[in-house]
Amino acid sequence: MNLTLKVWRQKNSQTPGKFVTYKAEEISPDMSFLEMLDVVNEKLVKTQEDPIQFDHDCREGICGMCSLMINGEPHGPKRATTTCQLHMRSFNDGETIVIEPWRAAAFPVVKDLAVDRGAFDRIQQAGGYVSVGTGGVPDANEILIPKTIADEAFNSATCIGCGACVAACKNASAMLFVSAKVSQYAMLPQGQTERYERAKAMVSQMDDEGFGSCTNTYACEAQCPKEIKVTNIARMNREYFNAEFIKG
Amino acid sequence: MKLDAKIPEGPLAEKWSKHKFNLKLVNPANKRKYDIIVVGTGLAGASAAASLAELGYNVKAFCFQDSPRRAHSIAAQGGINAAKNYRNDGDSVFRLFYDTIKGGDYRAREANVYRLAEVSVNIIDQCVAQGVPFAREYGGLLDNRSFGGAQVSRTFYARGQTGQQLLLGAYSALNRQINEGKVKMYTRSEMLDLVVVDGKAQGIVTRNLVNGKIETHAAHAVLLCTGGYGNVFYLSTNAMGSNVTAAWRAHKRGAFFGNPCYTQIHPTCIPVTGDHQSKLTLMSESLRNDGRVWVPKTVDLSQKLRNGEIKAKDIKEEDRDYFLERKYPSFGNLVPRDVASRNAKQVCDEGRGVGKSGLAVFLDFSDSINRLGKDTVAAKYGNLFDMYYQITDENPYEQPMRIYPAVHYTMGGLWVDYNLMTSVPGLYALGEANFSDHGANRLGASALMQGLADGYFVIPYTVGDYLATIGPAPVNTNHPAFEQTRKEVEDNVKTLLSLKGNKTVDEYHRDLGKIMWEYCGMSRSEEGLKKAKKLISDLREDFWKNAIVLGENEEVNQSLEKAGRVADFLELGELMVDDALNRNESCGGHFREEYQTPEGEALRNDDDYAYVAAWEYKGKNQPEELHKEELVFENVKLTQRSYK
Amino acid sequence: MSNFSKTFSSTLGKKLIMCLTGLFLCSFLIIHLIGNFQLFKDDAGLAFNEYAYFMTNFPPIKVVSYLLYLSILVHTIWAIMLTQKNKAARPISYAKKGGNGSIWSSRNMGILGTMIFVFIAVHMSNFWYNYHWGTTPYVEYRTDLNTGITQVKELSETEFTGHVSYVENGVQIIKAKDLYKAVAFSFQQLWIVALYVAAMAALAFHLLHGFQSAFQTLGWNHSKYKPLINFLGVWVFSVLIPIGFAAMPLYFFFK
Repeated sequence: MNLTLKVWRQKNSQTPGKFVTYKAEEISPDMSFLEMLDVVNEKLVKTQEDPIQFDHDCREGICGMCSLMINGEPHGPKRATTTCQLHMRSFNDGETIVIEPWRAAAFPVVKDLAVDRGAFDRIQQAGGYVSVGTGGVPDANEILIPKTIADEAFNSATCIGCGACVAACKNASAMLFVSAKVSQYAMLPQGQTERYERAKAMVSQMDDEGFGSCTNTYACEAQCPKEIKVTNIARMNREYFNAEFIKG
Repeated sequence: MKLDAKIPEGPLAEKWSKHKFNLKLVNPANKRKYDIIVVGTGLAGASAAASLAELGYNVKAFCFQDSPRRAHSIAAQGGINAAKNYRNDGDSVFRLFYDTIKGGDYRAREANVYRLAEVSVNIIDQCVAQGVPFAREYGGLLDNRSFGGAQVSRTFYARGQTGQQLLLGAYSALNRQINEGKVKMYTRSEMLDLVVVDGKAQGIVTRNLVNGKIETHAAHAVLLCTGGYGNVFYLSTNAMGSNVTAAWRAHKRGAFFGNPCYTQIHPTCIPVTGDHQSKLTLMSESLRNDGRVWVPKTVDLSQKLRNGEIKAKDIKEEDRDYFLERKYPSFGNLVPRDVASRNAKQVCDEGRGVGKSGLAVFLDFSDSINRLGKDTVAAKYGNLFDMYYQITDENPYEQPMRIYPAVHYTMGGLWVDYNLMTSVPGLYALGEANFSDHGANRLGASALMQGLADGYFVIPYTVGDYLATIGPAPVNTNHPAFEQTRKEVEDNVKTLLSLKGNKTVDEYHRDLGKIMWEYCGMSRSEEGLKKAKKLISDLREDFWKNAIVLGENEEVNQSLEKAGRVADFLELGELMVDDALNRNESCGGHFREEYQTPEGEALRNDDDYAYVAAWEYKGKNQPEELHKEELVFENVKLTQRSYK
Repeated sequence: MSNFSKTFSSTLGKKLIMCLTGLFLCSFLIIHLIGNFQLFKDDAGLAFNEYAYFMTNFPPIKVVSYLLYLSILVHTIWAIMLTQKNKAARPISYAKKGGNGSIWSSRNMGILGTMIFVFIAVHMSNFWYNYHWGTTPYVEYRTDLNTGITQVKELSETEFTGHVSYVENGVQIIKAKDLYKAVAFSFQQLWIVALYVAAMAALAFHLLHGFQSAFQTLGWNHSKYKPLINFLGVWVFSVLIPIGFAAMPLYFFFK
């Protein structure tokens, strides 16, 4: 297949960017989207042109490093799929594809399509953990967790931190990301001791990073490659209000 | 230089406890006077950084990705072993030790492996306390499964994402220490050299991948937790960024490289579709619990399949060869990885492979679907089936999966002693980056165990011993070695940037990968290896003349990053070939065609090769010097591995 | 108290304010609609005018009504504040917009809200302001308690001395401001009817998202109760209530 790509190129966070059009030729439908970009890049390098920068690493859909707004949708048109697992058979021959970076004040562009998601790390650092040191913990089977709760906590824990929720949200809100972690620990017995402090600290850091507010459009849930549910957001709200008005 | 593995005296089961008691301690008030550098934030790196910071040391942690959570440990699917014996099925520390030693084809150190088995139980406790959501039973207790050919159920798992959940656990512990100011985290930073002062590792040189700044960092000890070097094959299940650079540059500064030729080829990967392929995707080998591996009995049928004249379901039961079940009746489809992989290659080499390329075998679930029902199979493997469907566009519920082996893990790595210290004092290697625990073949669900054992439960004790010895005086950053090393790194970057040839770095990488896979992959021969050595050395020479490296240093420059990594792979490749040539036997992941039993199984030579090959760098284009660490087996009897 | 102000200045706190004022306004809609059903009574506005007097003079209701006005203002101002923050969170918007899995109304609450706000302004100046301080006609109802027959007579400004209701010689006399007439008059004008119907359409879409969204913000998203909340949100708040309100101008226009 042959495609036209409109790609956002931006040297660094200080320089303004613009769209540049490229041809992607002789693309196999079996290629992943990133392999298609590899082909384009290799051609660019051959002609001494700066290759397109994009974040990627595991290419198995689990590390959360790949991103890309593809035709206005984070990780492209296929649901529950990261860009690295999106294959070119999802596109039509001759199609024009617009590729943009995640757009959010909290995610400054590093170069081209790569953005800095350090804000996510800082939110996790604010309280996304159980305060246990190495050693001196009870036997694993002393903590009983009903299967249903363990499964539900697991669903929240599958977040890969890619930022698609922020990219999809019209307000660039990080609520789905933050709530997934708050929920995981709020449900598990291990997280109880710090559950309210955690909710407060993580929400406060989220606000400081400059993410927008949640207006419950649920675009995040629809676009999340790991299908994290917005019930997590409701749970985080509960945790937070509980922390602020009752337990705090 | 004589290799001293520093294995403690005494009975196997008491070695580690005794050793812990004999190790020197650092006074709690003095701990904050020590700086430790941790490179890499996978399971080994994140757990080490967090644990050391908890003890009070100042830790600087580095990763090349945009966040410590991206490290490739995250991609491990199957599970993590621990000798908990929660199943009452006869597991014990000794059995885990025994299985690991045997699985590694008797090429690992007894003492290390025993310690690994011993601390495995603590790892599970630690992870559960952190809130890692392991699979549970209805009673609320932890669930276990049997994995990778083990005869007991000792594998703890978190759906098909055990690596992710464990890494997020370690990442959360790391985050807590970052929040408390005990760990300073450097993301998008790549280690490009090791600073050695008066024979001791005292710092590193890094390149900031965003603005190109070349920086030096000083510390009392340096921990390399930088993973394996499977990407030397270009196509592997490793992440795109996984590289050998940190370990290789440390090697060039004096750290010996142990058993570089031991590479693990994983049997259940999705086959290659074409030249554009950038990486291979592994599917958990738990699939082999319910899937049956087969190919057509005849080349003729296989031809017809490949041409699309018939489909898998058109082949009658009696025309199918379930070759693993046929050859290994007691283990069947669950034979260890090296055996499963080699047999798949064999049938494909015979011309009985399937798929367009003929480089694949079937993994068939139709029997299980008939026996257990589609829902049960979906509950167990649903996510893997979906992944397969997504990548191949073939529905595995309706037609058998196609699988082919792919490079997955490297058992070799920097040589370390019992304390995980390399041959450079003050430089440690943890996790996949070291060579230590898996011998010539790693068992399933053991990589996660080793990474976390090293980081949580070994290094916090052993590094203290070294630190107490050298004392808390600040590292002298004015020592000329810092400036000298930085300059060498800058020069190397300049040289790379001056390459304005006509061949892309990726093309070199692909060429190297093809050589390695062909001659130093699943099976090796003296003739092939010698050929490979020449090919690699020519390719390397060509690289330094004709590669294209674009841009400048002071920017995000993927061209430069890749070039540096591929340059190191081009050197490592040759060492792997040397090591494979040296080892005139077959063991685990290293299969030499000249050395096999009449049935085609690996034939070890314990009399001459029961040693660790530790290679010392002797300068540019000089042959490396081989040091041997003899392996002493006092607790297990060396036998031919049999899975019949 | 500083703690509370901190809580309410967080995004979640601001959302809570939106949610609580929104739900309060929702509850008002029910009362308002039920009350206004008196417009459909064929009694020349007697019941409606009595109701209007009661609503504007009964002290507890007066208090509630001021709370209501405050809620409308707070809901609007906080919406503007949040929108500004949200706009700042994405300084550069996407060149290409894709289908993103959310419903239209959820993404356009600001536009819908603005339409509703304009409507409220017109609506209140038409009726609420005029009723209190402007020019409303006056009316006298004389009901023979034996026959139940009511006579209606318009009063001039000088004849009206205040709202009274008393019985004299078996006849109940009520003198009141004739809001009913003002309503009936307004709803003869096409542009007002059109504005009302359009505003109710906006209200329908606003509540289609807003009602269930408020519960999500409160954290009340439970698989057991979510369907009930969605049902109420869709059928009561975004179908029945807007249709009920829209029926009033249409009724008078086509009467």
